[in-house]
Amino acid sequence: MARVVVDVMPKPEILDPQGKAVLGALPRLGFDLVTDVRQGKRFELQVDGEITDEVLAEIEKVAETLLSNPVIEDFEVHVEEHSVAEVAHEAGRA
Amino acid sequence: MRVGVVTFPGSLDDVDARRAVTIGGNEAVALWHGDDDLRGVDAVVLPGGFSYGDYLRCGAISRFAPVMTSVVDAAGKGMPVLGICNGFQILCESHLLPGALIRNDHRKFVCRDQRLRIERVDTPWTSAYAAGAEVTIVLKNGEGGFVADQPTLDRLEGEGRVVARYLDHNPNGSLRDIAGISNERGNVVGLMPHPEHAVEDLTGPGTDGLGFFTSLVEKAFA
Repeated sequence: MARVVVDVMPKPEILDPQGKAVLGALPRLGFDLVTDVRQGKRFELQVDGEITDEVLAEIEKVAETLLSNPVIEDFEVHVEEHSVAEVAHEAGRA
Repeated sequence: MRVGVVTFPGSLDDVDARRAVTIGGNEAVALWHGDDDLRGVDAVVLPGGFSYGDYLRCGAISRFAPVMTSVVDAAGKGMPVLGICNGFQILCESHLLPGALIRNDHRKFVCRDQRLRIERVDTPWTSAYAAGAEVTIVLKNGEGGFVADQPTLDRLEGEGRVVARYLDHNPNGSLRDIAGISNERGNVVGLMPHPEHAVEDLTGPGTDGLGFFTSLVEKAFA
């Protein structure tokens, strides 16, 4: 079964206090390589039937209308054959 | 005037807002998020709190509550609408006001008596104030940083739509110290500080917030 994934990220010019908080915690834990962190959101949307262009167009609309706020966020839509949760589940069974 | 105050799941300040409406000389009418009937009110207040738990983004889910369809429609026809704190966030998410509110730049919740300058006084919510009046009103928010792109900020300033600005100290990283804005017509006002908590001497820093609730009466009798 295919799922559609929507990734939402704060626009580059928008301050991301959560990302900054994560970045600030890293050196305290001894991780010195990371120079910047931006925190976003990932949505996994399950859809009945095949992922057609119409389905993707509708998901774009969902992302634009509800999942993101275009004033402060950008989004990307892509199709994934297996969700992360499923892969983890399969790995657990193997 | 009959002033509706909407209760969303997670609203905190709806009761205080209704109380402030009454103290301001108007009749408070409780409105429910799931009901698209505005019960014949003359104005609407969207109160503070954490509607829908702030899930997804502050105000993002509330925007699609049945009552908001009626509020957006009435606002378009000129009905006075005041959004306080979470209500301001809902107005931005509803596109009744431009911009957005993001997490405070210092990442901490802020709760303080905040000095403000009231800059736009030709709105139904601020006509009781003198232009440039400096007031102290309670501020409490976690996501109160007002942001918009430069052209939008320039337009807000140019059209005189900044209703209130922070004085002394920018408490949340809001661009250009903006504490409140209005739509072009002035009937829709969004404000991050809480005037409904500054209407009685017994509690809060004073009664400087009362003007937001008495302005409607003055407007009605003007």
